[in-house]
Amino acid sequence: MKTLKINDVILRTISRIVVFIILTFGVYLFLSGHNTPGGGFIGGLVLASAIVLLYLSTDIETVKKSLPMDFKYVAALGVLLATFTGFGSILFGVPFMSQTFAYFELPIFGETELTTVTIFEAGVALAVVGVVVTIILSISEDGG
Amino acid sequence: MFSINFVILIPFIVAALVPFLYRRYKRIHVGWFVLFVPITLFVILARLIPSVASGKTYVHTYEWIPTLDFNFTTYLDGLSMIFALLITGVGSLVILYSIFYLSAKESLQHFYCYLLLFMGAMLGVVFSDNLMVLYVFWELTSVSSFLLIAFWNHRKASRLGAQKAMLITVSGGIAMLVGFIMLHTMTGSFSIREIITTISEFTDHDLFIPAMILVLLGAFTKSAQFPFHIWLPDAMEAPTPVSAYLHSATMVKAGIYLVARFTPVFGTDELWFWVVSIVGMITLFWGSFNAVRQTDLKALLAFSTISQLGLIMSLLGLGSIALQFGYSSDSILYTQATFAALFHLINHSTFKGALFMVVGILDHELGTRDIRRLGGLMTLMPFTFTVALIGSLSMAGLPPFNGFLSKEMFFAATVHIMELDIFSLPSFGMIFPVVAWVASVFTFVYCMIIIFKAFLGKAQPEKLDKPIHEAPIGMLLAPMILAALVVGIFFFPNLLGQYILQPAMSSIYPTFGDTADLTPNISAWHGINPELLMTIGVILVGALLFKFLKLWKPIYGLFSSRYTFNALYNYVLASSVSGSNVVTNRYMNGLLRHYLMYIFLFFIVAVGGYLAYSGAFSFDMSTNAPFNVYEVCLVAIMAVAALSMLFAKSRITATLLNGVLGYSIAIFFVIFRAPDLALTQLVVESVTTALFLLAFSHLPEWKKENLPKQTKVINGIISIAVGLVVVLVGLSVMDYNQFDTISSYFENAYELAGGANIVNAILGDFRGFDTMLEVVVLFIAGLGVYSMIKLRAKKEDENIEDQ
Repeated sequence: MKTLKINDVILRTISRIVVFIILTFGVYLFLSGHNTPGGGFIGGLVLASAIVLLYLSTDIETVKKSLPMDFKYVAALGVLLATFTGFGSILFGVPFMSQTFAYFELPIFGETELTTVTIFEAGVALAVVGVVVTIILSISEDGG
Repeated sequence: MFSINFVILIPFIVAALVPFLYRRYKRIHVGWFVLFVPITLFVILARLIPSVASGKTYVHTYEWIPTLDFNFTTYLDGLSMIFALLITGVGSLVILYSIFYLSAKESLQHFYCYLLLFMGAMLGVVFSDNLMVLYVFWELTSVSSFLLIAFWNHRKASRLGAQKAMLITVSGGIAMLVGFIMLHTMTGSFSIREIITTISEFTDHDLFIPAMILVLLGAFTKSAQFPFHIWLPDAMEAPTPVSAYLHSATMVKAGIYLVARFTPVFGTDELWFWVVSIVGMITLFWGSFNAVRQTDLKALLAFSTISQLGLIMSLLGLGSIALQFGYSSDSILYTQATFAALFHLINHSTFKGALFMVVGILDHELGTRDIRRLGGLMTLMPFTFTVALIGSLSMAGLPPFNGFLSKEMFFAATVHIMELDIFSLPSFGMIFPVVAWVASVFTFVYCMIIIFKAFLGKAQPEKLDKPIHEAPIGMLLAPMILAALVVGIFFFPNLLGQYILQPAMSSIYPTFGDTADLTPNISAWHGINPELLMTIGVILVGALLFKFLKLWKPIYGLFSSRYTFNALYNYVLASSVSGSNVVTNRYMNGLLRHYLMYIFLFFIVAVGGYLAYSGAFSFDMSTNAPFNVYEVCLVAIMAVAALSMLFAKSRITATLLNGVLGYSIAIFFVIFRAPDLALTQLVVESVTTALFLLAFSHLPEWKKENLPKQTKVINGIISIAVGLVVVLVGLSVMDYNQFDTISSYFENAYELAGGANIVNAILGDFRGFDTMLEVVVLFIAGLGVYSMIKLRAKKEDENIEDQ
């Protein structure tokens, strides 16, 4: 899309750094969501917005080169992950979509809470990233 | 732990793997991998035959949504065993046959994926004890049948046939679903076993008869009973292995299964007896009568299948009468009809499966299945001919083939039913043996047509595209195994009777105690009795009718093609399309403003109207916290932004003002200490703005619209009303007390879900189901956007349909 291809040095320079900050922030939000603000949906959305920023400041080829994956598959993977955690509980003889949690002693982190919700939320996050980026890329590729 | 649940799931899992196998092993026909599935399942199930025969049943439950009483419960008993063995046994043979039938050029990964989906769904139908789960699998068989009929989807006839099958069986399925819900309303359970034990308390319930009719509608549409049979001949557009498997041996028998399974539930009512047996009889006659006129061998077999399904259905109807008399030495007589039904069910699968495969061989090797172009194949295709001969004679009811045994039992059952004293007219009972006999005569005639017209007489190689030659051994193997079974069952019928049929009888007559009484000794010779005389009559009259076929065939010309059920179906389909077009064009006029108007009007009427009607619009602001200065400022900013948007001169201005609104809401969330919502709102606002920028160049020019004053006034009233309703709802929600409070969940989120962030505890745990489905919806929406943009047809693209 030509209208967005502005040769803006400041924007490009800054966004190269900012993208990583946003990506890190997105991962942080995703992990912290269990007890403090954040979570799968918002984490996924922040990750997606980082990719959108990358796209706005450079162009579609650069995005495709730096992130060589098909975001439709990312979205599909997310949906499968979210759905299959539901089935996972059936294998343990409890009703569909039951979540559980427990506390473990991990080497570096000390006592850590691990929960099946995190897997579910990871599915949500991947689905959000995949869908948002797919939509944005397909609209922008379509334009002339 | 092994459970039957896995038997259902294995085909689905392998179906998901088929595309990978297909890609990985390009040189091996993917059918060989798939073949393992039904063979393994058949062996697993066959090993359970002795314990099932001794009366053992296997139940296993996985809880799915216990709060709604939906559980994935499987139940293996005698009845489901018969069907499961047919599904896996015939399935193995059909897949073996299909490996040679379908060349590697076809899209095999689709074919076997659909076939395995069907197999899993069908096993799900026969093993499910929970009605809701049964319904899901039931519809899944319709869907996979749709995909398989339309396998050659470049042909218009395939697509139309698939659509017809889908529309008819799915509408029946929905009727059945309503019937199931009625059963749940009556008995409070979705479990078939529980319903069978408690139904006797509810036979006077208002919903008993409607539930029965609706469940029967599902069974009749699936099993192609008159007048819903019209989909089956059109379904023959499918590849022949599919016709042999779905539309002869298994799927169409799902309706039979349902009727057999529900006989203990509804069978005590006389209406069940009448509806099932009369519909079965009509189907039996109509199918065999119409089969005679067909010139396409596959269409002939389709009508013959309809007719045979009618036969089994009517036998189940006749057998249900025993339940009305309770357990006694007299009523045992009538249970023999049910026994004959189950026996014929198996026999039909063997001989009809073999015949379908024979027709597939003719089609595959000679390029036609039209009897006007065939003839004289006997000496040139000896193996194919032998199988066809065995299959046809068994279908005609001649010894020494299994069809003879079950046909005799069928005649016996119709003769016994005359002795009943429930008929208001003494001579009315005669109708059953008479219809049965007449239909059997026609059956005999069309069986002779298969043998004489296709295989005997003079060969006509000039009418064929390919030279006449015998089929490869791989294709002959499966039909030969079935033909061997046809003969084998004739000589050892009681083995089948004891191990397979007897346990199924106790599923249908659970109150009858000792099932050994219910299992008659099947014998080929039982003296000169009415049924033997009827068979002899069938042969004599049938032979005469076949000899003089030319003389009486014009009788079919009397049936005008304008007044058939097919014409009715086409009329209903065409008029519903044009009708909904008229209605849709009325309001879908392409003006976004109008669409918003519908949404807003609906909102005002539904939400505002309901709350006003229920008197919920009451609020008391005296206990509210006082406003502080930030809030007032924010409200002022938002109001200014919203009002200026109306007078914006350019689209960019309007977008920015909209952004002001969005970010102000985010600040509100911050002030009210909802950091999660504030974060979400901020990011959503940013991403939406970016999306808007992307779409910017696609949008038309921003023009001032000159609307008449009247329209403006109406629009103004609607917007003010929407605003008013939203404000009122917002205010009165504080005092709304129609539902139980759910705050206890939030307060205990840390103990219940292990998370201190209650927003995420709700999203991921308490309401995890909602979130899961929302993710799926989001994904579907994304795919929708993608495919609308990427895959839209260009103007210069040629029309690839309607070949």
